Amino acid sequence: MARTTSIMLAGVGGQGTILASRVLAQLLLNEGHDVKMSEVHGMAQRGGSVTTHVRYGKDVDAPTIAPGQADFMLVFETMEAARVAHYLKPGGTIVANEREISSLPILIAREEYPDDIPERLERRGIDVRWADAYSIADNLGNIRVENVALLGAFSTVLPFAEDAWKKALTQVIPERHLKINTAAFDKGRQLGKK
Amino acid sequence: MKSLMTGNEAIARGAWEAGVRFATAYPGTPSTEILENIAGYDEIHSQWSVNEKTALETALGGSIAGLRTLCAMKHVGLNVAADPLFSSAYMGVNAGLVIITADDPGCHSSQNEQDNRNYAKAAKLPLIEPSNSQEALDYIKIAFELSEAYRTPVLFRITTRLAHGKSTVAVGERVEVEPREYVRDVSRFVLMPAQARACHIALEDRLAKLEDYACSTQLNRVEWGSRKLGIICSGVAYHYAHEVFGEEASYLKLGMSYPFPKQLVRDFAAEVDRLVVIEELDPFIEDAVRAIGIEVEGKSLLPRVGELDSSIVARAFGKADDETPVPEKVTGRPPMFCAGCPHRGVFYELGKLPVVITGDIGCYTLGSLPPFAASDTCICMGASISAGIGFQKAFGIMDPENPRRAVAVIGDSTFYHSGMTGLLDAVYNGVGLVTVILDNRITAMTGHQENPGSGYALSGQTAPEAKPEEIAKAFGIKRVATVDPYDLAQVKKTLEDSLADPHPSVIVSRAPCALLKRAAVRKPPYYVDQDACRKCKVCLKVACPALYVEDGKARIDAAVCVGCGICAQVCRFGTIKQIEKGGEN
Ligand SMILES: Cc1ncc(C[n+]2csc(CCOP(=O)(O)OP(=O)(O)O)c2C)c(N)n1
Repeated sequence: MARTTSIMLAGVGGQGTILASRVLAQLLLNEGHDVKMSEVHGMAQRGGSVTTHVRYGKDVDAPTIAPGQADFMLVFETMEAARVAHYLKPGGTIVANEREISSLPILIAREEYPDDIPERLERRGIDVRWADAYSIADNLGNIRVENVALLGAFSTVLPFAEDAWKKALTQVIPERHLKINTAAFDKGRQLGKK
Repeated sequence: MKSLMTGNEAIARGAWEAGVRFATAYPGTPSTEILENIAGYDEIHSQWSVNEKTALETALGGSIAGLRTLCAMKHVGLNVAADPLFSSAYMGVNAGLVIITADDPGCHSSQNEQDNRNYAKAAKLPLIEPSNSQEALDYIKIAFELSEAYRTPVLFRITTRLAHGKSTVAVGERVEVEPREYVRDVSRFVLMPAQARACHIALEDRLAKLEDYACSTQLNRVEWGSRKLGIICSGVAYHYAHEVFGEEASYLKLGMSYPFPKQLVRDFAAEVDRLVVIEELDPFIEDAVRAIGIEVEGKSLLPRVGELDSSIVARAFGKADDETPVPEKVTGRPPMFCAGCPHRGVFYELGKLPVVITGDIGCYTLGSLPPFAASDTCICMGASISAGIGFQKAFGIMDPENPRRAVAVIGDSTFYHSGMTGLLDAVYNGVGLVTVILDNRITAMTGHQENPGSGYALSGQTAPEAKPEEIAKAFGIKRVATVDPYDLAQVKKTLEDSLADPHPSVIVSRAPCALLKRAAVRKPPYYVDQDACRKCKVCLKVACPALYVEDGKARIDAAVCVGCGICAQVCRFGTIKQIEKGGEN
C-alpha cells in the first residue's frame, strides 16, 4: 500500500488553524496528491481546543490520524502541544508556536498555566521546533497573520518548494490580504530554516 | 483537477445535480452546512423549519405535491421527526424524498451518540451510507432514483467524520427533473386504520423488493483480497478497515445496509475463512448477519462506544506492535462564554439563587459549568420548560406550604423549536414556573442560523419576527418582563419579582449574540485600576476570556474585551473602569 503522510494541526478556537490547513491542503492537491482533511466544529468553538487532521498520499483511506501516527504537527499554542503530543509518531517533528493562551480553569484562578511544557515534551523524546510567530505578526502590524507566519516556519519541514507554498497562498488568501500574509510567511520560513 | 469538499458540501452538490427543487432542515451539528450550502443553489428553494418535525412534514408535503425534496437534520432531530418518519414509510412518496440523518459517534457536539441506522429498520425505510465525499455526492443521486422507483422515502445516514471531513470529489452537471403530477389518493395519503393496514401490507412487499435491489445494486460491492479474512463494513468504518488490512482481507462494503442483503452476505461469507463486521456504534450489521445463522465476530472485539480510528481497529485484531501512546496530563480547555456574551450576566445572577434551574441546549448549556454552576439539567431541546413544570409540581406536592422554586432557562431558537408547547402546558396546568428566554436574536450554538424571531430567512431575506413576549401573553401569562442582560441589577430584581409570584411567568432577556456582526456596536474596553485592585478575585466569577490575574491582581486584555461592563458591575470596589476615548490604556 502506498504510504500516507499524516499532519496534525492543533490550537485554540479563533487562532486561524483552519486557514492554515486550507493552504496546506491546497498545496497538497496542487502537487497531485490524494488528500483527506478532518476537523470537528461544534463545542470546539467558544475558545475550546481545535485540531485538524490532514492526510495525503496516493490513495488516502482513514480520514483521521490515530494516536502515535502523525508524521508532523503544527501547533499554535504551547499547552496544546502537550495535549496532542501522543499523536506524534516516534521520530516525528512538531513545529510549535511560543504562545500561551490561558484556558477557563486558569482564567478563573483555579489552576496555573504550566511552565514546564518544553521540558515535558523533551522528556518524551520529541523534536519540537519552537517559533515565535506572534512577534512576527506583531512586528508586521497585524496579529491576525500569526497563523500564516507559523505556517511559514512549518513549511521548511515538508519536502515542497517555496514556490509551491506561494502558489497555494495565492489561491486561498483573498487578494487584499495577500501582501501581508506573504510577508508573514517569508519571515516564518526564515525562522524555520534556522 | 478534483476539488476538496466536505461531505455536507458534496451532499448539497449531489442534491443540486439530482434536480432537487425543495429542501428543508432545522440546524444541528454536524448537519447544518447541508442546507447552508444548498441555499447557494438558485434552483433549489430552501428553508429553515421551526423544528425537525415541521421540516420533515413540510418535505413530505413537497414530495407528495410533486417536487424532488431533501430534508436534513442531526441524529437527535430524527427523534423529534420520528412521528412523520414512520407515517411516511406507510404512505410512500410521489417525487423523490431523501432524509439525511447526521449521526455523531464520539458525541463531538451532541447529548448522545445514538445510532440512527436503527430507525431504518424500525420505520422500514431503505438506508444508504456513504463513506467519503465522492460517494456522498454519487449516492444522493442514486437515493433519489431509488426513492421514485420504489415510491419510498430514503434514509441517508452520515456521521460527523463524513459531514465535516474533506476529501476529493469530481462533480457532474444538474439534470432537470419534471415535477410529478399530484393525484389525490386517500388510500395511502390518509392513514386511517383501514388504509394503514393495507399500506402496511404494501410496505412489507416493498421491503422484500428493496432487499432484491440491495443484493444487486452497485451501492453494495465486494472487493476481493485475501480470502482468509472477510470484512463486512459500511460508512467511514470501511476506510479504517481498509487502511489496516489492505489486500490482506476481502471486503463486502455495504452502501445500502437496510433492507439487509441476505443473499449477498451468504455468498460472501461462503468464500471467506473468517468473517467479521467492522462498524461504529451498534452491532447493526453484525446482528443481521447472525440472524441468518452465519457465524461472525464484531463487537466482541470492537467498542460499541465512540468513534473508531485505524489504531482501534488494528489493536482489536492484534495488528499493532506498539503500546497505545499515553496522553500528557494538561489543564483542560473547555469552551466558555465569549467576551461580551449576553448569557453571562443572567447565569451570574441565577447561580446565586436557591432555586433549581432546568436548562436547555444551546451556548447557554455552559451555564451549568463552573464558576456559574447554575443550571441543573440539560435533557433535550425544549425540556427546560416541561421538566421545570415537573420539578415545580413535585416540589409543590412534597411541600405545599413552602415549595422550592424552579426556573427554566431556554434560548430563542430552542423556545420556538419545542419550548412553546411546554409553556402552554405550564399555563394550562397552573404551574408557577419562572421561564427565562435568552433571546440573543440568532441560533448561536450551531453557527448563527436565522430563526423565527431573528427577522431573517435562510435566503437572507427579511421575515416576520416572532416576539416571545407576545406569545407568552397570548398563552395567558400575566407576568411577562423584558430585561437587558447587561444590567445585572435589573436582571436580579426581575428574577426576584417573578419568583415572588405563584403563577407562571416569563422573563425575556434580550441582547444580540456578541458575535453577531449585523448587530455589532463597538464599545471601548474596560481596564482594572491596578492601584485600587484589592485582589479579591470576585470579578473572576463572571469567567470572561478577557479577564485574568497577574501578580494577584485582576487585569483585562484590551484586545479581547468588548466593553460589555458585566465585570465592572460585579466589582465591589469600583476599580474596573471603561477607557474613555483617547484616554487611559
Ligand atoms: C433535536 C435537536 N435539534 C438540533 C439540535 C442542535 N442544537 C443544539 S442547540 C441548538 C439551538 C441553540 O439556539 P438557541 O436556543 O437560540 O441558543 P443559543 O445557542 O443562541 O444560545 C441547536 C439547533 C439538538 N441538540 N437537538
